[in-house]
Amino acid sequence: MSPTREDLDGIGVRVKRHEDDRFVRGRGRYLDDIKLPGMLHMEILRSPYAHARLRAVDASKARALPGVVAVITGQDLAAHNLAWMPTLSGDTQAVLATDKVRFQGQEVAAVVAESPYIAKDALQLIEVQYEPLPPVVDPRKALEPGAPLIRDDKPDQATNHIYHWEAGDRDATERAFREADRVVTLETHYPRCHPAPLECCGCIADVNPATGKATIYMTTQAPHVVRTVFALVTGYPEHQIRIISPDIGGGFGNKVPVYPGYVVATAASLLLGRPVKWVEDRTGNLTSTGYARDFHMKGELALKGDRIVGLRVRVLGDHGAFYADAQPTKFKIGLFHIVSGSYDIPAAFCEADGAYTNKAPGGVAYRCSFRVTEASFLIERLVQTAAYELGVDPAEFRRRNFIRKEQFPYRSAFGWVYDSGDYHRALDLALEKLDYARWRRDQEEARRQGRLIGIGLASFTEIVGAGPSHTFDILGLKMFDSAELRVHPTGKAVLKLGTRTQGQGHETTYAQIIASELGIPARDVEVQEGDTDHTPYGLGTYASRSTPTSGAAAAVVARRLREKARKIAAHLLEVSEHDLEWEPGRFYVRGAPEKGTTIQEIAFAAYTNFPPGLEPGLEDVCYYDPPNLTFPFGTYAVVVEVDRGTGQWRPLRVVAVDDCGVRINPMIVEGQIMGGLCEGYGIAAMELITYDEQGNCIGSTFMDYLLPTAWETPRFELYETVTPSPHHPLGAKGVGESATVGSPAAYVNAVIDAMVHAGVRNIDMPLTPDRVREALERAGLAE
Amino acid sequence: MERSVTVMVNGRTHTASVEPRLLLVHFLREVLDLTGTHVGCDTTSCGACTVLLDGVPIKSCTFLAVQADGRQVTTVEGLARDGELHPVQQGFKEEHGLQCGFCTPGMVLVAKALLDETPDPSEDQIRWAISGNICRCTGYQNIVRAIQWAARRLRGEPQEVGR
Amino acid sequence: MYPPPFDYFAPTTLEETLDLLARYGDEAKVLAGGQSLLPLMKLRLASPSYLIDINRLPGLDVLDDRPGSGLRVGALVRHKTLERSDLVHRRYPTVAACAPLVADPLVRNLGTLVGSVCHADPQGDWGAVVLALDGHIVARSLRGERRIPASEFFVGPLTTILQPDEMVTEVHLPDPGPRVFGTYFKLERKVGDFATVGVAVHLSFQDGRVASPGIGLTAVGPTSLRARRAEALLRGQRLSEALILEAARTAAQEADPSSDVRGSAEYKRQVVRVFVTRALRQALAAQPA
Repeated sequence: MSPTREDLDGIGVRVKRHEDDRFVRGRGRYLDDIKLPGMLHMEILRSPYAHARLRAVDASKARALPGVVAVITGQDLAAHNLAWMPTLSGDTQAVLATDKVRFQGQEVAAVVAESPYIAKDALQLIEVQYEPLPPVVDPRKALEPGAPLIRDDKPDQATNHIYHWEAGDRDATERAFREADRVVTLETHYPRCHPAPLECCGCIADVNPATGKATIYMTTQAPHVVRTVFALVTGYPEHQIRIISPDIGGGFGNKVPVYPGYVVATAASLLLGRPVKWVEDRTGNLTSTGYARDFHMKGELALKGDRIVGLRVRVLGDHGAFYADAQPTKFKIGLFHIVSGSYDIPAAFCEADGAYTNKAPGGVAYRCSFRVTEASFLIERLVQTAAYELGVDPAEFRRRNFIRKEQFPYRSAFGWVYDSGDYHRALDLALEKLDYARWRRDQEEARRQGRLIGIGLASFTEIVGAGPSHTFDILGLKMFDSAELRVHPTGKAVLKLGTRTQGQGHETTYAQIIASELGIPARDVEVQEGDTDHTPYGLGTYASRSTPTSGAAAAVVARRLREKARKIAAHLLEVSEHDLEWEPGRFYVRGAPEKGTTIQEIAFAAYTNFPPGLEPGLEDVCYYDPPNLTFPFGTYAVVVEVDRGTGQWRPLRVVAVDDCGVRINPMIVEGQIMGGLCEGYGIAAMELITYDEQGNCIGSTFMDYLLPTAWETPRFELYETVTPSPHHPLGAKGVGESATVGSPAAYVNAVIDAMVHAGVRNIDMPLTPDRVREALERAGLAE
Repeated sequence: MERSVTVMVNGRTHTASVEPRLLLVHFLREVLDLTGTHVGCDTTSCGACTVLLDGVPIKSCTFLAVQADGRQVTTVEGLARDGELHPVQQGFKEEHGLQCGFCTPGMVLVAKALLDETPDPSEDQIRWAISGNICRCTGYQNIVRAIQWAARRLRGEPQEVGR
Repeated sequence: MYPPPFDYFAPTTLEETLDLLARYGDEAKVLAGGQSLLPLMKLRLASPSYLIDINRLPGLDVLDDRPGSGLRVGALVRHKTLERSDLVHRRYPTVAACAPLVADPLVRNLGTLVGSVCHADPQGDWGAVVLALDGHIVARSLRGERRIPASEFFVGPLTTILQPDEMVTEVHLPDPGPRVFGTYFKLERKVGDFATVGVAVHLSFQDGRVASPGIGLTAVGPTSLRARRAEALLRGQRLSEALILEAARTAAQEADPSSDVRGSAEYKRQVVRVFVTRALRQALAAQPA
């Protein structure tokens, strides 16, 4: 009688996505697709120098070009106190340079014109006088005494040092290291890479001169936060600011920060009384928007026999010219102190220092879960290295040191309480599906034939769902999230949330939650996100937090409506509430199942026939403050072959076992994982932004910042285990970033494994052919 | 100095006066309001701007509108017939071949051109054909499946059962 | 992303085209595929005042070979056409090996071999192939026609010996004869990347000995290069493992690469050596016993 889970498209069903129709037709509505009457176009002039005094900006020729409406400089903004803005990490960042430029690509001036072609022409007419200064591109040199001071704009900043941060127990860890019988060390640089979503960042600022309302269309993953930040920074009344995040062509953390272009466009619109559109080009995206990683890490494991008894980590973070990470206030390096990973390590200590350099600002981005990518990479490389030094098989070494299933909830030496996990099972499944033993034999055989085959593992533990209010905030805003559900008289519903999808399928997955909890078919639920005027407050979508926070909120609010529905059902059926049972979509009388009423009938009654004393309508909002984070995990196993002549390598097998608890839509979960495995491959093999001695950015276009195509990208074999989260209403954990977090180490471990028998210990990413060949030569393995 | 161009786009003829430097992608997006063709880079590297020129896939960001004078262009908006999706578009829905959707118009058009010529492509042929189109979301595997779905549909063969 | 302004011509006859070139000379650029030119203009690294679109000129898509006479590749022959040409696969294997590796499938639908050769990017693939095959570049102007040997054509990075009023109408590759071996190896970090190193190896055999060896090198010098000393070692000899190794080592020494983000100069030399070795070993294996 009752519709099945499949009829409803509830949790666990591979529901095809509601949003796909418009995208396959080319009728998505991305930022640059939006046109407003009277709209102008803005282009930004960027500094060619990494470090220079800004002596003068002469825009007279640019202003004279027909079609140019305005040219805005740092001085213009300074007159309105807008030349500098706060960052999400509590620092300040230049909107348009006034005194100095501090990285190549920094915003210096903006042209507003009738067309982007004219705006670009005008950029070339702006004459800027720079007085070059010595650039600092090495974070170690940045911290040496006498290094050129980058942030001389800050009164209390005498050096390029940003922060010192510690976590864990230094003394207990020192003791563990003193008592260890072996210490394994690994130093590695997780290089600067970039989320590079296919759609660049942009906005259309429309400050309506008649009403005073500022409507800003913006490629943002966190529209509410942006609105509040805008209000605080500009003094503009928050209720007069509306941020609309339209369809977004990929975010990956690149679309969380507030970029100077957004602020300048808004100021321009306010000034000119017309909408102003700014869409950056790819060069602007790669050279100035939030890059990812750039951590110099040293990890040490203290071992007693084959057991890890201590972990010590030292980090030097290269943050570029402004400390502009988007991360919880309390944590200078995000959630990096998950670095003890999947292992039962009794004593651990981590300390980090951050440095300014003459590079673009950022660091927390690219599906990193707030620096978990860096942490996971380090511990998985360290564990692999330790296994080799001990002469123990890397899988076996992991097994012996994993947190055991019985130990959950597990408090790590850094204080995190892991909610649930079964690491042994995931590892065993990965090895079984790979046929690990056979590959080890094949590796031996290949070696005898002079071929290099390597097998790499990574058993990651993720930490997502930021986060509980006692620990987490961004600029003071606590990191809850929200779901507002309203059921219409005819039984259809609208669900509004504070998160914002950029391809994760929210229009489908959230509806599936309502389908399971309330029995309204998913196709009857419209999901809305992104418009701050019409959605409840939330912190947005990044760090894999949507399912853990708004997913929970959606379940909770649906359950609240179910409880109200029970009252209405009791009224309709003329029985007591306590005599009613629920099956998806229907209340029925206990013992008389044919006597029931559907959720659709109840919805209609909520407006037409509700019990006296009960408020009409069927809607509620839940702001969900998660009690804890969630801890997805898994094991990835990669087999590669290395070309001894060219240094090229290619994956032969990629086996991925993921456990993200309950999967709301397995098809979408698999899509997220495959996307992450591809990103992990790109990061391991080819993605790099670097700077030469003069601070010139190498990796400023897709000719140099390389992204894998379908031809290089390996095939992925996906498997799952399901260990629900005990505290999440649905048992779901979130999965968006797991594969980007966990897989780079698997690829790198595989390449190293191919050469470790000849003494190769480490190659820093990206493992480009020349770097691999260099290692082959040092090991005497080169052709 | 503007020039007159006459281009047939998705079966309809358009005449406009344009600067020679206007790129075809901007002509489609700004003059014809066909925003399904996207811009993803500035070095002819990503393929988000792919359209069919006389049936052949090209990067419309590296082609001038004036070069399209007298030619036929098909954009993603021209694939569906009377609102009904082309099998390639349907395949992308069936096999979760898209996430953010930004690369999708280009992928769909390249896939259509491939299947027009090669009705039963191998996986390698598919990956080779789309190697000029970058996707950041999917890792390509489901895009391959989507194109294989469409190939079976176009050949009138049954689809794979259950996954 | 937005090219600077220019004037545009779409001539329908060769005479018209040569007339425009005579008039505008070095302020003008010829537009065929545009897959090298337009990207430069979009980045504003090139700003010609005039673009002369030759896509309407008849007869420039010629791709044929007459016995003994060689392959004519007209100015409008797209990379894709070469990739698919039966004739090319049968008789010009070096060309067949290179064509699918140029850029990516979309660029190959528009870009041309002739345009690529005229662009003369040392990282472009066709230069090494045309050198290895001892090709000729046929250039026309109002002043007449000249056949320029490939060995004289490439003068420096992005610089050829062409005069501003000249246009290349075709590239001519000599007939290699019935016993030909040819291949092209390219180290690219991903599809669409420029070559880190490219090697074209083209040999014909006469009585089991190497005749007309051609080894062309991509991306390891200020222009596409020919490894002449390595070729000299091979000429008239029977292939053997020892000779192969020596020729490969010599070719690596003749390369003149720069260190950059793709690798050190020494790395690139090693790859030249590895590629020449592998190509010559294939040639040896392909020989009838």
